[in-house]
Amino acid sequence: MNIHEYQAKEIFRKYGVPVPRGRVAFTVDEAVEAAKELGGSLWVVKAQIHAGGRGLGGGVKLAKSLDEVREWADKILGMTLVTHQTGPEGKVVHKVYIEEGADIQKEFYLGMLLDRAAEMPVMMASTEGGMEIEKVAAETPEKIVKVTIDPTVGFQGFHGRKLAFGLGLPKEEIGTFIKFAKALYEVYMDNDAEMIEINPLIKTGDGKFLALDAKMGFDDNALYRHPDISEMRDLEEEEPTELEAKAHGLSYIKLDGNVGCMVNGAGLAMATMDIIKHEGGEPANFLDVGGGANPETVAKGFEIILKDPNVKAIFVNIFGGIVRCDRVANGILEATKITDVNVPVVVRLDGTNAEEAAEILKNANIENIIAAENLADGARKAVAAAKGEL
Amino acid sequence: MSILVNKDTKVIVQGFTGKEGTFHASQCIEYGTQIVGGVTPGKGGQEHLGRPVFNTVEEAVATTGATVSMIFVPPAFVADAVMEASDAGIELAVIITEGAPVRDMMFAKMYATKKGMSTIGPNCPGIITAEECKIGIMPGNIFKKGNVGLISKSGTLTYEASHQVVQEGYGITTAVGIGGDPIIGLSYKQLLPMFEADPETEAIVMIGEIGGDLEIQAAAYIKENISKPVVAFIAGQTAPKGKRMGHAGAIISGGSGTAAEKMAALEAAGVKVVVSPADIGKAVKEVLGN
Repeated sequence: MNIHEYQAKEIFRKYGVPVPRGRVAFTVDEAVEAAKELGGSLWVVKAQIHAGGRGLGGGVKLAKSLDEVREWADKILGMTLVTHQTGPEGKVVHKVYIEEGADIQKEFYLGMLLDRAAEMPVMMASTEGGMEIEKVAAETPEKIVKVTIDPTVGFQGFHGRKLAFGLGLPKEEIGTFIKFAKALYEVYMDNDAEMIEINPLIKTGDGKFLALDAKMGFDDNALYRHPDISEMRDLEEEEPTELEAKAHGLSYIKLDGNVGCMVNGAGLAMATMDIIKHEGGEPANFLDVGGGANPETVAKGFEIILKDPNVKAIFVNIFGGIVRCDRVANGILEATKITDVNVPVVVRLDGTNAEEAAEILKNANIENIIAAENLADGARKAVAAAKGEL
Repeated sequence: MSILVNKDTKVIVQGFTGKEGTFHASQCIEYGTQIVGGVTPGKGGQEHLGRPVFNTVEEAVATTGATVSMIFVPPAFVADAVMEASDAGIELAVIITEGAPVRDMMFAKMYATKKGMSTIGPNCPGIITAEECKIGIMPGNIFKKGNVGLISKSGTLTYEASHQVVQEGYGITTAVGIGGDPIIGLSYKQLLPMFEADPETEAIVMIGEIGGDLEIQAAAYIKENISKPVVAFIAGQTAPKGKRMGHAGAIISGGSGTAAEKMAALEAAGVKVVVSPADIGKAVKEVLGN
């Protein structure tokens, strides 16, 4: 789960990670009010969406007067912001963050995530603040300093020194930086974060470090023990069909093709997308109906797949194990009674009791249900059906 | 022969009396696995599925001599259960539970390693030595005895692969579902040498997916150390970047962990990589000849 910049900064404040003062605003009037409260003569109006690249997309603006705050808040609130991370359709901005202007002397990057190979958190710093870290990693990897941190001992001074010296900080700034990094480590561990990114981390004219931006993602499996963070979930930032699927125990991701896929198991679901492509088609989605594949979940699966108007055929690919194929076949027939399925459905059932299942589907004699003999046959038939060639 | 588990392996179940634990333990017993007891704190002294229930893993190990534990406890208690098992001298914990927090697994795996216990999973179908011992939730009937070792991140894709291998007239020695979480126990790199050393295993099938670099590590290892033929399939060739594909670890982040890079690394290591998941069985036939 991801949260907004303003929410991440709230968490930062609690842990003593320095951030500029700021207020969130949902309306233009609130934005002006927030700027007044903050005082000063320079503000930044920042669109709050879960995607990077907001500045380049026109979602971050400097305001030198309250009138300018009003003007920018009015422009940004309600705009559809397109960045390299939102996709071409962009995201509608529902709130802005009004922040006091900062005296930027130098920009850095500081981030944390799980190092999967080391099986420990890693903190990364770079002098290339404001740049996309993936780009820096690909083009100038020597500009990134990394430390993996053994959580049984936690963040030590040497971790901080390695990062600080790696950034080329002068001696007198090292202590302040280490304090910042250590606090960030606590934020990461305490809250079961999956990722933290501060880009840029700035050094101000008076030698302070401030998190000018903040991005945080959390381990979904650990949200149960962080009710405060769960409450920060912004449903407007999530794909509604994916949310609906999740509410029914299904895992769904929309893609651009026209062959709908309904599969049990995440690995087989990915493999099903792959074989559709391999056979010359384009998958319309990833959908894992889970191990059970009972009539209700299958019916819901059909309903969700068919919300996508591009879908011209559906490939049901179920490997029956402990849940036998004959039961799944009956489930599919049941599901077609619950939901109106108006495209060809190619069904491939293999595994335990596959023959009985084939018999059930054959005897049901439903026009748009086409039985497949195996995985490759199913994929071929589904691709052909989507092209109207079956 | 086989790896890790066989007909003599004594297994206890942590989370024995719960719904999932009960159902799958009884399926394992039916398959022939020596389930010698289970642990449910507070239910010690009772009998369940005709086996003794203990309050602690320590008691269970002392009484039954079990060396393997199958873990079905709810996600919030997985780390505790794993650490308890390792503390009690269990040699291998097979963690079936889905949804354990990454931070918990990080600590649990470190502790287990320190205590000399191996882990499989979490969020995995388990391990099966065909026609001898099933420790997990896989349908046992799919795994006929044979000469192919199987390592897979995915559950149903494991069944699919085994099914194809069997349809080509071969069978399985041991199949290990290693799970698709960001932090897992035994992986390709640790299991490959076991299959290399197992005289009955003549070929190895490995099923990977997007995310992380375990398959890349495996490729480097295979190049230097594995003489037996290896067939591989990597799921998620068509997966979009930055989207989590069902498994917590199946995500292409920052452009790395793609199927293409994994397939290329494995191919460069001499592995027979199939593009279509329907060709796994055929590829096994090809590398084994007649």
